[in-house]
Amino acid sequence: MSSEVISQLDVDRTRGDFHYPEEHKFDAGVGLTHATIDYIVDVKGEPDWIREFRHKALDVFLSKPMPTNWASKDLENIIFEKIRYYLSNAQKATRSWDEVPDDVKRTFERLGIPEQERKFLAGVEAQFDSEAVYSNMKKALGDQGVIFVGSTEGLKEYPEIFKKWFGKVIPTGDNKFSALNAAVFSGGSFIYVPPGVKLKHPLQAYFRINAENFGQFERTLIIADEGSEVMYMEGCTAPKFETATLHSAVVELVALKGAKIQYVTVQNWSANVFNLVTKRAVAHEEAEVKWIDCNIGSRLTMKYPGVVLKGRKARGEVLSIALANNGQHQDTGAKMIHAADETTSNIISKSISIGKGRATYRGLVHIPKHLKGCKNNTECDALLINSNSRTDTYPAITVRGSGNSVQHEASVSQVSTEQIFYMQQRGLSEAQAMSLSVNGFVNDLVREFPMEYSVELKRLIDLEMEDSVG
Amino acid sequence: MSNALLENAQSFGSKAFPGWFHEQQRAAADQYESLPQPSRRDESWRFANLQAVDLQDFAPARPLAADAAAELTGRSIGVSSADTRLIFANDELLARPATAALPEGVLFLPLAEAMEKHGDLVKEHFMREDTVLGSRKFAALHRSSLRNGSFLYVPKGVKLEAPLQAFHWLAGSGQAIFPHTLLIAEENSAVTLVDWFQSVDDSKGLSCGVNDLWIGKNATVRYVTVQDWNRQVTSIQSNTTQVAEGALATNLALHLGGKYSRSESVSHLNGPGARSEMLAATVADDAQEFDQRTLQNHRAPNTGSDLLYKNALYDTAKTIFAGLIRVEPAAHGTDAYQKVRNLVLSDEAEANSMPGLEILADQVKCSHGATTGEINAEELFYMQARGIRAQDAYRLITFGFLNEVLERFPSGDVRDSLQASLLGRLRGH
Repeated sequence: MSSEVISQLDVDRTRGDFHYPEEHKFDAGVGLTHATIDYIVDVKGEPDWIREFRHKALDVFLSKPMPTNWASKDLENIIFEKIRYYLSNAQKATRSWDEVPDDVKRTFERLGIPEQERKFLAGVEAQFDSEAVYSNMKKALGDQGVIFVGSTEGLKEYPEIFKKWFGKVIPTGDNKFSALNAAVFSGGSFIYVPPGVKLKHPLQAYFRINAENFGQFERTLIIADEGSEVMYMEGCTAPKFETATLHSAVVELVALKGAKIQYVTVQNWSANVFNLVTKRAVAHEEAEVKWIDCNIGSRLTMKYPGVVLKGRKARGEVLSIALANNGQHQDTGAKMIHAADETTSNIISKSISIGKGRATYRGLVHIPKHLKGCKNNTECDALLINSNSRTDTYPAITVRGSGNSVQHEASVSQVSTEQIFYMQQRGLSEAQAMSLSVNGFVNDLVREFPMEYSVELKRLIDLEMEDSVG
Repeated sequence: MSNALLENAQSFGSKAFPGWFHEQQRAAADQYESLPQPSRRDESWRFANLQAVDLQDFAPARPLAADAAAELTGRSIGVSSADTRLIFANDELLARPATAALPEGVLFLPLAEAMEKHGDLVKEHFMREDTVLGSRKFAALHRSSLRNGSFLYVPKGVKLEAPLQAFHWLAGSGQAIFPHTLLIAEENSAVTLVDWFQSVDDSKGLSCGVNDLWIGKNATVRYVTVQDWNRQVTSIQSNTTQVAEGALATNLALHLGGKYSRSESVSHLNGPGARSEMLAATVADDAQEFDQRTLQNHRAPNTGSDLLYKNALYDTAKTIFAGLIRVEPAAHGTDAYQKVRNLVLSDEAEANSMPGLEILADQVKCSHGATTGEINAEELFYMQARGIRAQDAYRLITFGFLNEVLERFPSGDVRDSLQASLLGRLRGH
């Protein structure tokens, strides 16, 4: 897309194309320089401290090497000079329904995604009209003192809370891509849950879609104050068709004393996307953080949700499912940093490699000196569907001192031919039998997911399996 | 050439070895100089103490005085004085006691002699496989500086009952040795070889060793190393085991001594039905560091491997285990297992575990496990309730923990001897 201003796009809706309201267009052009940063800050009208923060982050990003000493060499195919780092909403939609690939359309149908949402998800529509739902929810939350806004609004409207925690869990220099995000972030959510407030219903990024939530460089910060509880859901099982090839989000969670945070992600970017995400939580005394992470889409995903167990008896958990099909590399895992006595952590990861897909588990468990009663349990199971599928496991476990217990187990297996044969004897097709097996493999984890996700996930596995046999 | 380690090595090499090997040594010296030192960005050196492998201060070892040599020969018993032995000190052959004649065709010789008499056999097998676990630079140093070592050849169908033994002694301050073991076991043969690594005194030294095992079709080879250097020695040891169709390799390492010990062990399962057992028991105390890297490389279908590494850590000791099971696309029907267990006995000790899997084939059965924990309070209580002092109970439990590794080895003189070494090592705790 060029930087020229498109004043109006008026197309006949009945023919499957869509109308966009007239809007001011912003485009920072391709490539990333300090001028790009100034441009973003000016357009978004952000305060000076953010401007400074972003400029510093850019320097860090430029100075850091690519982590190809341990990560996939595929990262070298990202051409940073050709990427657009900031686009206003209206510029994102440039395709018509006809241009959406058939397999994506088919998936929408099978998943039963409402017509209106399909168009947004397919990238045909820039905005999904959920304003009414969103504002109702916002009001109900507001009565309880809960803040649920976009990151830009958060930093402008609630600087006293925002500034205190922003960039503290994941510092700019954590890795090359967290630095990139710090330089150019836009979108994502800012959530604050006051002490003792226990939200019954999950907060869904879905309702805030029109507030640029599916951004390329989204930044989410969630603070659960003492004794509060919140569940946050991002993404959806439907494939999100994307033109932008690099996505690099940063998500920071802070669970204060006794608070509980559950963060559910279902990632299904289209297969041209590099999805390089940094997610980390700090759990204070007796707090509990649970990441439920499900990766289905993208070309290369690198994501290792972590919990820093900072307070006594804090608890961290990562439940992860990865599905790697042809051309995909799901490089996912978890990090557990124990920093107080009697902290416990649990990691359960299940991956499925189909066709030439590659699933990788990378983990880090760290227990420093002089801690007592820390426990970690890690289980990684990989399922290989075809003979050219690939799976890797690379955990790193450091334990200093006695009085702690850590166990790690991993296994690799395949769908048993006997099982498949048995099911075929009873009239199931090979694909049906396959997907039944795979669903069985992930079943105990999927049960932990919110209901609507687990149903969609099952359908999605059925779909993926259809092409893998025969 | 700037490096003291290499300057001397060149002059030694030139007079002792055939031309083809001298060429190799010269090329390896260049390679050693041009390859970079391991750095923080090398995954294969993750968690490692990089300063420990800065080898600036060492020079190739000088020969021992004659009286010291005689005394050392008397101390080189190992499993049994009845065994045929090769005894080296500072890379020089001291003695080769042989009480009974070896079966016809079996060669158990100093490597220098083997190069002279059986040059083609050596040339065909000597350090053929690339070093893949991080120590390529040190493998080049070894090749360039090698002066002697043991060479064992077992012909087709020959099965040796009694173990063969080799001793490598290190003496003197700032001295470096480059012990080498080359073992070739032909089809249907069987042999057990035990390598002992020991210090004569308490001075600082370097051992940079390589051992290559070639195990032919349906052969059975048991290879044992006992590393018992003094607490000033830096040790870098690299093992490569090639296992052919239907063959069985057992590698057992007992790690007791040294200041910093890096050991790399690779098993290549090359033919259908090949099987490798990789076993190690490590006692780490004071400020000892043990850095163990392993690879179970499945290249052919229906191969098996089973790894068990156990570490007991006292004081401020540190251990690293990084293991990888790799199953290549052709290796369907692989059955691979890998287990590392750390027993942490102090608040200052540090155990790092990195068990890894890379699976590129299907119809495989692969799993790994890593655990780190302390002594079970109930076990301790049970023993104390039966009148065993706490300290003795700790030692017994620790011995039992490590002995599980030794128990994987068939019973007999070799295992008895290893158990005695282990008990002796634990005596102070």
